[in-house]
Amino acid sequence: MRRVITVSVLNQSGVLNRVTGLLMKRQFNIESITVGHSEQPNISKMTFVVNISDEVKLEQMIKQLSKQIDVIKVNDITDKSIVLRELALVKVVSPANLRTEINAIVEPFRPQIIDTSKNVVTYQVVGHPDKIDAFIELIRPYGIKELTRTGVTASVRETQPVETLQLSILK
Amino acid sequence: MTTNTSSSVNIEANQTTTQIEEETFKPKNGSDLLVHALKEQGVDIVFGYPGGAVLNVYDALYKNPIRHILTRHEQGAIHAAEGYARVLNKPGVVIATSGPGATNLVTGITDAMIDSIPLVIFTGQVATSVIGSDAFQEADIIGITTPITKHNYQVQDINDLPRIIKEAFHIANTGRKGPVLIDFPKNISADIFDEANVFGKDEPIYLPGYQPNTKPNYLQIQKAAQAITEAKKPLVLAGAGVLFADARSELTEFVEKYKLPVVNTLLGLGSIHGNHELNFGMAGMHGAAVANDAIQKCDLLINIGARFDDRLTGDTKRFAPKATIIHIDIDPAEIGKNIPTDIPIVADAKEAIKALINKDIQSPDNGEWLDYLNQKQNDFPYWYVEDENEILPQQIIEMVHSITGGDAVVTTDVGQHQMWAAQYYKLNNDHCWVTSGGLGTMGFGFPAAIGAQFAKPNKKVVAIVGDAGFQMTNQELALLKEYNLPVKVVIINNAALGMVRQWQELFYDGRYSQSLMPVQPDFVKLADAFDVKGYRITTIDEAGAILEEALNSNEPAVIDARVKQLENVYPMVPAGKSLDDIVGVKRI
Repeated sequence: MRRVITVSVLNQSGVLNRVTGLLMKRQFNIESITVGHSEQPNISKMTFVVNISDEVKLEQMIKQLSKQIDVIKVNDITDKSIVLRELALVKVVSPANLRTEINAIVEPFRPQIIDTSKNVVTYQVVGHPDKIDAFIELIRPYGIKELTRTGVTASVRETQPVETLQLSILK
Repeated sequence: MTTNTSSSVNIEANQTTTQIEEETFKPKNGSDLLVHALKEQGVDIVFGYPGGAVLNVYDALYKNPIRHILTRHEQGAIHAAEGYARVLNKPGVVIATSGPGATNLVTGITDAMIDSIPLVIFTGQVATSVIGSDAFQEADIIGITTPITKHNYQVQDINDLPRIIKEAFHIANTGRKGPVLIDFPKNISADIFDEANVFGKDEPIYLPGYQPNTKPNYLQIQKAAQAITEAKKPLVLAGAGVLFADARSELTEFVEKYKLPVVNTLLGLGSIHGNHELNFGMAGMHGAAVANDAIQKCDLLINIGARFDDRLTGDTKRFAPKATIIHIDIDPAEIGKNIPTDIPIVADAKEAIKALINKDIQSPDNGEWLDYLNQKQNDFPYWYVEDENEILPQQIIEMVHSITGGDAVVTTDVGQHQMWAAQYYKLNNDHCWVTSGGLGTMGFGFPAAIGAQFAKPNKKVVAIVGDAGFQMTNQELALLKEYNLPVKVVIINNAALGMVRQWQELFYDGRYSQSLMPVQPDFVKLADAFDVKGYRITTIDEAGAILEEALNSNEPAVIDARVKQLENVYPMVPAGKSLDDIVGVKRI
């Protein structure tokens, strides 16, 4: 199962290498990883997506990450109410005679056109990774010239659904 | 050289007393500061080897000396530091130069990491202006050692050095202990520091990501106490965590108070007296039949400071099938890693044991269980079949044990001799067993013995090594004469890689591929070349007298004991099998 893990780290040189090296050594496969500054100075936040089905392995991974001296906090936020976002830049072959058609088709995804030339348009699309997948599949037949994705970043929603007794019975 | 007054004062003070230096010596550059900070940490001995990138550091050591042990290879230095750290239970300190000096440490660092030995290692590095340019003797030691250290640092600003050193010692010696490496670029080792900016020794350490938990959770202790009272067949598995927490007397009190039988892991040997009536010996691949049987039959297994290594557990799915598992460990990541745990207790072993003692619970009703174990121990002791023509390695170790009265510091490499030493050398004391457990490093035992002898100058230190392993680090023989170390090296010489050969005999139909070494050096002559007295034992009749002379002398000795080549270590749990599948428990 896909897990979304956030890690707060001290912003030291080599810390990314420590985290990815550890995951490699313990045979965890990273699907995506994003890193950037957080609201606190000297602390960076990483968000990574890994595919782990085994609960024991997942727990082990979290413990091993927490053990790193430069790692301050590790959270598996998969089961919480979260906002997941990813950004993609997609260069699409879009000759003048097709451009209106393409623009109309992708419109529901609310992409932005950030660059354009005679035959090529670059879209920027932001959203849940599933939305980006759908966007890419939609536009693929027109010919994707180049595609870059940032990987997922995530944040936990301020208001979490309350687990009431009735709800858990319904489940 | 400068004609500065304070430095000339220090040159005179050099070999006499350190007190004068403390008062007059003013650190000026990065290297002075390093030496100064080491002294602040109470370091009185370092193991190392100089080179281009650490010239400044060695110059500072010359001016403001800390006792420095010059090994003949960096691997010797780091294993010696490991031996020193293991015996004194405090960090060993190593200095090596950049590039090859640093990479020669890698085996020892890994060894220390996996066996949780506290070390602080300094490596030289090329100047920051050329890092990354493939400069002469440059190696990316931070990249190389990130997975094999508890933590590592590269000093980027000399004003950070005192803080880094303080943190390094703290990290190495607290929580689950381990090696910490500090990479020190050459230009920074010569930098003049700003006294006003330097982190003082009284400043508190701030490591938000490192706060090991030492106090046990009250509720978990309560659960554990309940489980102990209710158990019919309780068993304590004592690992090295007991030794690192200095909790031998607490462990002994704990098991005596509640009448709990104990088995040890290989690295936990010495956590209780070898001949204690509640001690049922070592468990695991070559452990005692009774110890392994106890694990398989117990209904409560109290693991204190052991990490359920595969050489202990065998097949994890069939390990201790009937037992409720209590696991006490300072490292939360060890809990549930290999064996599912029912009652986890993340704490320092000493604190947890004390809490269980103070609970004053009712002792379990386990009289029958103890009778059963005693009977089993009686029926299935370690065994060997004497041979008229050849010496058995077990006999040599039994003799070493009886001559030293179980009181010596014993170090080993890895392999057959290690297992026989673990089986037949019953340790009276803690912190006297220095062996390479997790990594299984050949060549570890002899330099580790050198470090142990520096740690305990008045104690008998015996390195029990194999003929093959000894040749991996035997250049360190030079130190015995130079530093007047009465280390005894007992070579269990079977002219083979004994354990490899044993596996080839048992699992590869006796195809001895590259495991026999019919032409070994003359170890007596080799010792002689280093001005160390060598002895040779070729018959069992002469063994006692020779060992007695060699081990009781105040001089170093190398004893070449020519033993039976085809002797196997038993009992044995074949790799990957369950502890129930143990073979060779009964005398053939």
